[in-house]
Amino acid sequence: MRTIIYLIRKEFIQIFRDKFIGKAIFAVPIVQMLVLVPAVTFEIKNVRLCVIDRDMTTESRGLINQLEGSPFFKVKFSTFSEQEANDLLYRDKCDLVLHIPSGFGKETGKGGSGRILVSVNAINAVNAQLSWAYLMGVLRDYNLNIIAENAGARAINSIPQIEVRNRYWYNEMLNYKHYMLPGILGILILAIGFILAGLNLVREKEKGTIEQINVTPVRKYQFITAKMVPFLIIGLVDLAIGLIIGKLTFNIPFEGSIALLFMCSAIFMIGLLGVALWLSTLSGTQQQYMFSAFLFIIIFILMSGVFTPADSMPLWAQKINLINPAAYIMRINRMIMLKGSTFSDISRDIYALIIIATAFTLLAVNRYRKTA
Amino acid sequence: MKRFLGFVKKEFLHIFRDFRTMIIIFLIPAAEILLFGYIVTTDLKNAPVSFLDLSRDEITRELSDKICSSGFFIRSQDLMNYNDIDKELRKNKIKAVIVFEKEFGRRLVSEGKAVMNIIADGSEPNMASLVTNYIAAITADYNGTLLKAKGPGNILVQPEVRMFYNPSLKGHYMFVPGVITIILTLVCALMTSITITREKELGTMEVLLVSPLKPVQIIVGKVLPYFILSVADAVLILLLSWAVFSLPVKGSIIFLLAEMMLYILLSLSIGIMISTIAKNMQQAIFMTLVGMLLPVILLSGFIFPLENMPKVYDWFSAIFPPRYFIVVIKNIMIKGTGFMYVWKETLILMLFTAAAIVVSIRNFRIRLE
Repeated sequence: MRTIIYLIRKEFIQIFRDKFIGKAIFAVPIVQMLVLVPAVTFEIKNVRLCVIDRDMTTESRGLINQLEGSPFFKVKFSTFSEQEANDLLYRDKCDLVLHIPSGFGKETGKGGSGRILVSVNAINAVNAQLSWAYLMGVLRDYNLNIIAENAGARAINSIPQIEVRNRYWYNEMLNYKHYMLPGILGILILAIGFILAGLNLVREKEKGTIEQINVTPVRKYQFITAKMVPFLIIGLVDLAIGLIIGKLTFNIPFEGSIALLFMCSAIFMIGLLGVALWLSTLSGTQQQYMFSAFLFIIIFILMSGVFTPADSMPLWAQKINLINPAAYIMRINRMIMLKGSTFSDISRDIYALIIIATAFTLLAVNRYRKTA
Repeated sequence: MKRFLGFVKKEFLHIFRDFRTMIIIFLIPAAEILLFGYIVTTDLKNAPVSFLDLSRDEITRELSDKICSSGFFIRSQDLMNYNDIDKELRKNKIKAVIVFEKEFGRRLVSEGKAVMNIIADGSEPNMASLVTNYIAAITADYNGTLLKAKGPGNILVQPEVRMFYNPSLKGHYMFVPGVITIILTLVCALMTSITITREKELGTMEVLLVSPLKPVQIIVGKVLPYFILSVADAVLILLLSWAVFSLPVKGSIIFLLAEMMLYILLSLSIGIMISTIAKNMQQAIFMTLVGMLLPVILLSGFIFPLENMPKVYDWFSAIFPPRYFIVVIKNIMIKGTGFMYVWKETLILMLFTAAAIVVSIRNFRIRLE
């Protein structure tokens, strides 16, 4: 035990001797969180509309006004030339072209069906779908108004209608900051731990200083533990700082138990550092380690479900995700912080994380060779 | 010149000697393309939902079947009472609960109005709004059939939609440019920043500095091999996206390659700039990877659209080269526009490159500390 403590002390001295790294491991996550968390959102504001109103009747103007009145749409251009509208779309000056052909007012006035043409810039499929959904929402309201006008208030009651009401639990206003902060915090801890811990070991190999340890009676597990613990502590300190900043600046809710969150994060970190150290025992140079780590980090992050829903992935990919520690921690972070999930809610994820952490750590200990 | 060629040859030997790193440099884009192509998606598919049906009549059964047969949702275990909602949502088993009020069918028929509640898990905002939007749309469709049964004359404003540039709403159009940007930014910057700090750390920089090579020659000699490697990487991404997703390049390929080369040059110069600041590989890697990974992914606007961000970020990302590059490649690849549409962005990228090169050459110290 005393050996491990001495080794850990050595590691800490080595990490903080590098003044830049000593500061950066705390400063970088803080800055990135402050900058990135408010930026990341799927929420659409201001879909830029270009209107071609060939009809110019009360009805067509009513529809445009209704769109203008909704918080999502902004009529940026109004033109009579289809070519000009397409050109605006082409040059990315507007997102959506609404074409109301002449005769629209006449048709709807008679209670018939009025045709309109909508062109959406769909390069960004997500945005295109969402703005289309918003437009449909406005049209639904507009339709109901017309029915009411055409048939009178009495008639509308005679048409059976299912009214849909919706509520969002745990995040009433669908605040993206609350959603992204736990995720971004998770990624930052992942990146820092993964990069620094692995580099640290390979660096000793590359410089040859690992020989000095290899000739001592330090056991394999002691060596790996000593390489792991400092980064585990740094990761948890970063987590604590991140949570405090999240609370102070973004006022993000914390429904669940803090102790549970830290416990899960610690298990996650051990698993992650296990992968990192295993990878570094396989690498000969820092450069080699770096590019392998980059590959792993990208796969871990993109598959973790932090930016895109993990449930929409194909089943075989979800199976692969079973050994991706990042997938667990993203889910766990959000569940504990936003929903107040308790130990029993996430027990299966925790057990799985423990198995992963043990497996990768054993792999790292086993792969580390004291003989040259 | 001969001296310089010798130096370039040495760099190539360095690269080819470490075969594994080279393989990984080509593996990274391949993995990313496949990840985005087959795995990562923002679509709604098979989202588990539960029903709390307090009415249990024909209409609720019909409507819930309609929702579950849409392909977007999977029916999870039915709930029995309100307390179950929180329990199931907290376990993350389901995305939403649909509640039919008591006597749903009877009310709909006799009073002409019945209420259906969707309780969605807001801890995943995008999922939640997709789920509610889709369920609302399916219900509106059902309402439409009820309406038709009441008699004609009520068909209303019918929109016809054309999705421009991406008719089938594929995600590929967003992420291929995004992957190209991430790879070219990070891999290029990593490569050059590591190769120079490595010489510093291993002490071989001293040998280079006492040689008659000028700083400019050292820098150019370092950049040239990696430039060729990166262009090969970029071509690989284009080939992969063409082979796997049959994503064509609409504009001129030569123009696209020229823009890519410009951007590769910029990223390599940024790497050099980092290496003049960093003292060892660890610092260089930390600056490039930890410092740039998330900003590049998030602020280049390929997962999260830039136009949705708060206004401040318009200013903020102005000093961020990937933002311009992504505009350029999207325009050339997907819209097929020519130089006239992207000359401004190209000019800005050129200025960035020039600035990075000037700063690196000026910062390049020919003395050891």
